[in-house]
Order: sequence, then C-alpha cells, then structure tokens
Amino acid sequence: MAAQPARDAWRDDLHGTLRSLDIRQVVYVPDAGHARLIDRCLADPELSTGALTNEFEGVGMCVGAWLGGQRAVMLMQSSGVGNVVNALGLAQSCGCPFFTVVTMRGEWGEFNPWQIPPGQSAPRVLEAAGVVVHRVTDPALVCDTVAAAGRLAFQSYIPVAVLISQQVTGAKVFK
Amino acid sequence: MSIQTNARLARRPAVQGLLRDRGDLLVVAGLGSAIWDVESAGENPLNFYLLGAMGSVVPTALGLALAQPSRRVLALGGDAEVMMMVGALATVGLRRPPNLAVVVLDNERFGETGKQASHTGSGIDIAGIAESCGLPTVRRVLDQAGLDELRGLIHRGPGPVFASVKIAAEMPPVVMPIRNGAIGMARFREALLGHEALKV
Repeated sequence: MAAQPARDAWRDDLHGTLRSLDIRQVVYVPDAGHARLIDRCLADPELSTGALTNEFEGVGMCVGAWLGGQRAVMLMQSSGVGNVVNALGLAQSCGCPFFTVVTMRGEWGEFNPWQIPPGQSAPRVLEAAGVVVHRVTDPALVCDTVAAAGRLAFQSYIPVAVLISQQVTGAKVFK
Repeated sequence: MSIQTNARLARRPAVQGLLRDRGDLLVVAGLGSAIWDVESAGENPLNFYLLGAMGSVVPTALGLALAQPSRRVLALGGDAEVMMMVGALATVGLRRPPNLAVVVLDNERFGETGKQASHTGSGIDIAGIAESCGLPTVRRVLDQAGLDELRGLIHRGPGPVFASVKIAAEMPPVVMPIRNGAIGMARFREALLGHEALKV
C-alpha cells in the first residue's frame, strides 16, 4: 500500500530531526515505538548513544551533557515517566534544558491493563513536575513537533517532553 | 559483615588530599556531606554540586565525561547516594568512558538523616558491584597509601575508575557552597566552555 510508508516516515525521519537540533547524546530505555530511531542513532558515529537501566539516570546524563557543552535527549516510554520525577528537580533547579521524547502506552487501544495507570498519569505527572508537554497524535506532525519542542527546551532552558500517541505508533499487538 | 578497620579515614582531609593540585579536573559532587568536603578544599567554578536529585551524581558525571572526553571527570558521592541509583554503575560499565572516576565516600551510614545504617553497613560491597559492572580499575581504599594511589588514578588511571573510600561516621562542620543550582551551572559552564557558551 502506498499510504503505509508515508504514515511511518517519521520513524526514519526523526533521526534527522534530532541531528538538526544539534543533539550529540542519546540515552534511552527502549520502547518498540522508538526501535528504528534507536537503531539509527546507534549507527550514527556522530552521536553518543546508549541504554539506561532506569529513566532516572537519563536526567542526570542529559544535565551532564549540557554541563559539558552538548545537547542530549532521552527516549523512553510512558511507563518510565514516574521514574524521573525526583531527578527532574536537577534540571529545574539549575535552569538546565531537558528534552525527552516519550512513546505512549496505556491509551489508544491498549491491551495491557498494567500500562494504563502510568500511561494515563504520564502527562499530568510531567506537567506537575514543571515539564512543558507537547502531545502529537498525527504521524505527519511528529518531526515538526519534536523539532519545535527541542528548540523550546534548548533555547529557553526548560524541561520539555513530546508524548507520541499510540495513534501514531500503533497499539502494540501480541499474537 | 562490614569491612572492619581499626582507623577509618577522616573524610575531610581525605577529600582535600584527593583534590590537591587538581589542575583542570572537573568535579561533580552529591548531597550532602560530599559537597561540604569538596567545598572545604577550596571554592572552584569547576565543581558542580547536586543538592538534590539524590542518585544523580554518577549519571551527571557520566554525561559530562562523554561530552568532554579530553578532560578528567570525578564523581564524588556518599554510599547511599550512589546506591540509590546503583544501576548507573552498570551504565558506566556499558559506556566505559576512560576519563571518568567515581569515588564513593563510604561511612556505611545515611549520615545527614541521623546516621542510620546504610546498605554498605551490612556488608554489601559496592566496589564488588563496580567490579561486576566491568569497570577496569576498582579500589577499596582503607588507608592513606590507598588515597595516595587513588589521587593518581583519578588523573591518569585507566578509566572508568571506581573507588570506595571507607571513612569514619563523623560529621565535620558544614562548608556551605553556592546553593543556587542555576548559578552553579552557569559558573561551571562559563569556566569550562567560555563566556560565549552562555549565549547559546
């Protein structure tokens, strides 16, 4: 089908979006929705890319990158949002940019009830912690939203999260 | 059982000794007493202090070490600080920046909150965790000779370096630094990256 590649184009294009933001470090707790982006980042010698044991670590690593003059991003899924709350104080207290791209679970057509609580609370938890949240539900707007959110974070020195809906990534199906 | 030593190291001279003639070493220190110890060694804009976000000392130093591969970076925190995000040692093992040293001031206590026994106080060997994570240089420092060696390893050792320094559960007077994180970050970045970096 001709429509399918266009709908999924963001999976390939997002790497270029991160590069256009001059991001140099990528840290992640993987999610299937980020899989292709993570592979592209790992294959890019201009990016320092690596996994975390826990999203909490990602805040410190992104702040450390900024201390050292580099921009960083954390890729994660919504179930990890609760893990970052205490660490977010580090970015907030220091007037430090923090940028994360979160793939959502627990919303659009979710089959796993355990994903509902962290997914449903994710945007409110982030906002309560002082993070500016951009939600994206249209595949055609993913890259533009990430680009705008990244500029907001790094140029205005604030924490910003992009939440990519399951309407974009597709609800996970176990067969 | 905890490691029994007849004469545990005094934390303040230990830290001051590690930072002697530090050159252009970048230091990330975590709450709380590790900060007072570092500040007691002399105010320096290349010190970055985390007065909160407990567990973030190692990740922050790791991100910094990856961003500044030509500079040596020292992460200095208490045993409970590092244990709170002990998975970060696995991430250090994964990324293996050769310019990073992690030094744990291990008094086997949650010192700031009433000296409750911490995990290392019941025999959990944090240096053993670092060894299991594949860090190439791991030390358990129990005496002045160990400190002297560690100081060299921080600057020249094949990294990432990890050391637990067994210290007495004393609480020397607080030496309060600039508490405002935004000021601390701006000073650090200006000293490291130059004034223009503050304009980007």
